[in-house]
Amino acid sequence: MPSTPTTTTTVTDWTGRFLPDGAGEVMDDFLSRALVAGIGFSLVAGPLGCFVVWQRLAYFGDTMAHSALLGVALALAFELNILLGVFGVCLGIALVLGRVSDRSGLSGDTTLGILSHSTLAVGLVLVSLMYWVRVDILHFLFGNILAVTWSEIIVLYAGGSLVLAVLWWKWDALISLTVSEQIASAENMGPVRTRYLLVVLLAVIVAFAMKIVGIILTVALLIIPAAAARQFSATPERMAAGASIIGALSVVGGLMGSLEFDTPPGPSIVVNALILFILGMIGSRLAGRHGGRSGRSRPK
Amino acid sequence: MSRVLVGLRSVGVQRDHRWLLHEVDLTIRAGEIVSMIGPNGGGKTTAVQVLIGFLPADAGTVERAEGLNIGYVPQQVHINATLPMTVRRLMKLTGPQDDGKIDERLSELGVLDLSESPVQQLSGGEFQRVLFARALLKDPDLLILDEPSQGLDIPGESRLYDQIADIRDRLDCGVLLVCHNLHMVMARADTVVCLNRHVCCAGRPAQIASNEEFVRLFGPDIAKSHALYPHHHDHRHRLDGEVSS
Repeated sequence: MPSTPTTTTTVTDWTGRFLPDGAGEVMDDFLSRALVAGIGFSLVAGPLGCFVVWQRLAYFGDTMAHSALLGVALALAFELNILLGVFGVCLGIALVLGRVSDRSGLSGDTTLGILSHSTLAVGLVLVSLMYWVRVDILHFLFGNILAVTWSEIIVLYAGGSLVLAVLWWKWDALISLTVSEQIASAENMGPVRTRYLLVVLLAVIVAFAMKIVGIILTVALLIIPAAAARQFSATPERMAAGASIIGALSVVGGLMGSLEFDTPPGPSIVVNALILFILGMIGSRLAGRHGGRSGRSRPK
Repeated sequence: MSRVLVGLRSVGVQRDHRWLLHEVDLTIRAGEIVSMIGPNGGGKTTAVQVLIGFLPADAGTVERAEGLNIGYVPQQVHINATLPMTVRRLMKLTGPQDDGKIDERLSELGVLDLSESPVQQLSGGEFQRVLFARALLKDPDLLILDEPSQGLDIPGESRLYDQIADIRDRLDCGVLLVCHNLHMVMARADTVVCLNRHVCCAGRPAQIASNEEFVRLFGPDIAKSHALYPHHHDHRHRLDGEVSS
């Protein structure tokens, strides 16, 4: 705990600094920043969201996201960088979860349920105990994309590029792990290492997502664009790219809608993703009815 | 003798204080077809998982030739419906592949017309053949097939074994077949390993059929019918047991 809490601290920045925005004044309005941040986030979240869908990690991702508030609390308590605190706690919880669900008699579902909600509860309690820190918990729960700063965007793009580079480099290993861990193992694709890598990448994206849509809606922005892209993708690569594009469209549409109707941006982005998902579903059903996807055609 | 591809040396695998495999020895050499038989729960799949490096051995050692290239056809693969995957894309699962070569392998196994189909639409038998074609793409040194004859009728099964023998001849690869059809195994394998948590017997098919433990496991009738299954000897025995030319 910090020694003498005499002053109140206002936390506005992931990086924990209060730098004036150094970027040019033309672009320096909150909407441009929000768009740049949201689109950058979506490009990375697309492929990762696909893995969440393919490997049924939605609940797992939820648990990681909920533990983010615990990360915030710890970072505030020990005056650490918030983004790093969240990343560390998410990763820690994910690794503990892997071990616990292997060994305990509880089903994975129950273990996840206990951890997911208790990390959120513990985080909420801890943050509210810290009377010397004035934070708006709602910003963490529902995101605060309109307050994103250029320095945060730089961190987001640097981290996001790194995640995309790793995905590119390990793509075959990740896909073969998703199809069959045993085939991946027989053909020296190192499925165990790859699984850990995926968890690390998820922790990164979850930490970034807190600012964009908030803890509560993180998983929504991972899985809805992926599920929407599934409906018109024949290969994993197309689905990943489609999820990125749909995610970016959701951000643009959601932010516009948020300004137009004066609704909170995070939930508006998710609602927009949902609309795109439903439109996609209707579209692919219609295409199917007109013979577009009438099963396989086989010469007899 | 040809080179050893993989070997299990006194391998044990323990789960919840129970040995799934105990003191198992197994060697597969290049150009050899080894069939693994045994009752359900006898540890066949566990042994395969140790061989491919998916499960660690709790006792003993696993030897693997350096740079060993394994083609593995699992018993079943469940591909989540949310994962878009065509047959052609599946063929490139663990690395890039030439499209011409893919078509060649698919057509060898009679599934070329499915190349653009989503894998989730294939029947069990079709999917098995697609997985087999995939395993052959990398010209493996060792081919491991876990219950490849599932869902095949008897002629189909017979063709499959012919194909496996052809592939062995062409690639000079070792083959490990996990199998439950004793009839086929006894007729076609070079070596049979009968696994019931330990190796209950191993050897040439004819030797196995008269093994006491084998008879106990599979019943005297089955054992007898296989002992009578025609097989070729390069020698004869006189009545007193001496080998005559």
